[in-house]
Amino acid sequence: MPTVKTSLTPTQIGGMLVLLAIACLLPFVLSNYQVFQLTMALTYAIALLGLNMLTGYNGQISLGHGAFFAIGAYTAAILMDKANWPYWATIPVAGLVCLLAGFLFGLPALRLEGLYLALATFALGVAMPQILKYKGIEHWTGGSMGVVIVKPDPPNGLPLNQDQWLYFFTLAWVLILFVAGWNMLRGRVGRALVAIRDHPIAAETMGIHTALYKSLTFGVSALYTGIAGALAAIAVQFASPDSFGIFLSLSLLVGVVVGGLASISGAFYGALFIQFVPNVADNISKAAPWAIYGVFLIAFMYLMPSGVAGLVRQTRQRLARKRVAAPAAPAGRDDVQLPITGKEAR
Amino acid sequence: MSAPILQVRQLHAQYGATQVLHGIDFDVKPGGITTILGANGAGKTTTLRAVCGMLRVQGEVLLAGERIDGKPTETIVRRGVAHVPDGRGTFVHLSVEENLRLGAYTRRDKDQVAADFERMYSYFPRLRERRKQQAGTLSGGEQQMLAISRALMLRPRLLLLDEPSFGLAPKIVRELFDILGEINRAEGTSMLLVEQNASIALRVADQAYLLETGRVVISGSAEAIRNDEGVRRSYLGY
Amino acid sequence: MDLLFHQILSGLATGGIYASVALALVMIYQATHLVNFAQGEIAMFATYLCWTLLQAGLPYWVAFFLTVIIAFIGGVLIERVIIRPVENAPVLSVVIVFIGLLVIFNSIAGWIYTYTIKPFPSPFPEKALFDNSFIGPHELGAICVTLIVLALVFAFFRLTPLGLAMRAAAQNPESSRLVGVRVGWMLALGWGLASAIGAIAGMMVAPIVYLEPNMMGGILLYAFAGALLGGIDNPWGAVIGGFLVGMIENVVGMYLGTELKLSVALVIIVAVLVLSPSGLFGRTHVARV
Repeated sequence: MPTVKTSLTPTQIGGMLVLLAIACLLPFVLSNYQVFQLTMALTYAIALLGLNMLTGYNGQISLGHGAFFAIGAYTAAILMDKANWPYWATIPVAGLVCLLAGFLFGLPALRLEGLYLALATFALGVAMPQILKYKGIEHWTGGSMGVVIVKPDPPNGLPLNQDQWLYFFTLAWVLILFVAGWNMLRGRVGRALVAIRDHPIAAETMGIHTALYKSLTFGVSALYTGIAGALAAIAVQFASPDSFGIFLSLSLLVGVVVGGLASISGAFYGALFIQFVPNVADNISKAAPWAIYGVFLIAFMYLMPSGVAGLVRQTRQRLARKRVAAPAAPAGRDDVQLPITGKEAR
Repeated sequence: MSAPILQVRQLHAQYGATQVLHGIDFDVKPGGITTILGANGAGKTTTLRAVCGMLRVQGEVLLAGERIDGKPTETIVRRGVAHVPDGRGTFVHLSVEENLRLGAYTRRDKDQVAADFERMYSYFPRLRERRKQQAGTLSGGEQQMLAISRALMLRPRLLLLDEPSFGLAPKIVRELFDILGEINRAEGTSMLLVEQNASIALRVADQAYLLETGRVVISGSAEAIRNDEGVRRSYLGY
Repeated sequence: MDLLFHQILSGLATGGIYASVALALVMIYQATHLVNFAQGEIAMFATYLCWTLLQAGLPYWVAFFLTVIIAFIGGVLIERVIIRPVENAPVLSVVIVFIGLLVIFNSIAGWIYTYTIKPFPSPFPEKALFDNSFIGPHELGAICVTLIVLALVFAFFRLTPLGLAMRAAAQNPESSRLVGVRVGWMLALGWGLASAIGAIAGMMVAPIVYLEPNMMGGILLYAFAGALLGGIDNPWGAVIGGFLVGMIENVVGMYLGTELKLSVALVIIVAVLVLSPSGLFGRTHVARV
């Protein structure tokens, strides 16, 4: 089954450094709007890694992660607008608030499995915009109008414009969070998560405190998504209830599956998909762009049911097999099967 | 001697990358009972599943001279092959009667089906008592009777049985096999019987094959094998 | 008190519609262990087809039955052509295909028919039955149609050989093949039936909520909640769950207004599920370790 590599080969490290170098050069060759789009894609990548931890590695399906994105965004926006906090200080706070919120949501969610959890999280996702518009907290949230914030300036002396600075700021957070995530997932924690996903009873009998892990995973997953939301709010310069509807939650799910479940690189593929494919669809057909998007979704699932990361992995295996001419690889389960059906894992 | 009802030639089968059957050959005579014996993992269940089209195979499977290998299970069933799978395959949430009715699903002669219900109840009176009961609540022996009856509702030319004695008390097993013998004599249904319980299988069968890790190691008349102490002691354990 | 009574009754009317869609969801779930998120959009699209037929001058009931037949055929085709290629894919991948279908139907409906809401006729007389003030003629008619449809569906499954074969195929595909049931086609039939039921639900609800491409979104959600409330593997439970949700929605709406109605109703349902995780009537699965 796909697990996280415990260590990287020199080739892989080299490859990543090359990609990082390219990522650092891009803001200087692209237009401001394109840099903004890439910044948004980076925030989605963080959110998708968070969701993937929960759904891909731990098997808890969430159709409501847009809610945590919203909480993170609003935390950052309110701190900046009402309490005059500097933008960079709001990020950790947004993360911690969401860690708590996710953990608290994860506790009752322990009782729910599969479809039932899907409904509960869906309810959360649907309810969030209405909660945000609630008159009682309008003083803080700005009601339907939301909160507008000022775009931060780059620190004195750096030859960057605002969009470029925000891009690098976000990129720094991506690096921190992805390295931390990789460390977590490749060690005991990651193995425990996967064990809970695949054989919860066996995991429990081996001494893994399933309930604690599951709630914590919800919390950490929310933390990541909340930080992503905060970064996104800063990039977009406002937070309003209607940007965090159920559509966002569904997009995040699409991103995780298209990118590849239980895969760290999948977060990047998925982020690129949900950021750019709607634009491509719009270019193809102004009249019914979402129909084209839907066709893309179905086509992707036909061609790569395990997501882009899954396809990459299978291609690499096939190439490796050809080179070594080894006996046929064991018929292992290459796909992640979540416990939301009655089908037994084969 | 008329042509065999079932002929299997050079049958190979695999699960994924693991080869399970390495080219086996056997026959079932029309109106006869052939038994395939062997230990766990010998490939007995795989053989039955292969005959039924439930996995992809290489080699030939001929039903009354017609090739059925490569055809989907639903088609093979319509040619008159009924399979009582291991674990019985009962529709546990449906009633006994509904299970039997499903056995006759593909039959065109609906008027005869009612008569067949009666025949099954006469072979297995306990099923009549329980006919409205949910099939999952029946005992192991009763579920086995139900599974066999369901298969017979097809009026099959060939009945495949996968370890019918499994998990049943010896007395029930003897009763069951007596009834199987009776059915074979009265209706002329050919049977391919896969069993771990060699002694009872050899008593009812006329031909026997012994499988070991996917190959036929011994074949012959059931009587000959029954009487061969050497074979019995080294291969069949009694 | 009168108002409460009226709300409960009209809650039963919408509840009947939720019950039908819930039944459609459970039917596909039992056969495939998947929830068809596109069910609502297919129903909406079918309702638009009916509207087109009505615009072309066909009498109501002719258009109605024609739409049901077209929806049935459409459902069968969707299963055979679009779902079949991914039938062995991981669960979430199939969910994405459903989302894709949802989005396609919604978008095409918006493109062909625009997003302006259209009125949709009700086949039931204008006057309330016995001039009562509790329940309007269409609501009563919708409940009756729902009950008739549900009765027909149950009769089909309990009393006909094909219905038996479909139940068998859903419960135990392998054993079904062994008795000669063509499991693939049973699946397609299930989709056809579910689409037909959804179409009827759409045509019954359109006069109440007005015809527009997003009309089924909330309904699908309530139907899903109803199915889970009743226990996702239990058709009776789905029906009762649907009616319950209809009543909960209306009573909550009465006290909290329509803004918070959706969220609060969902929260209530989730709370119930936390207390009774496999729904009110669901089978508690005893898993063999």
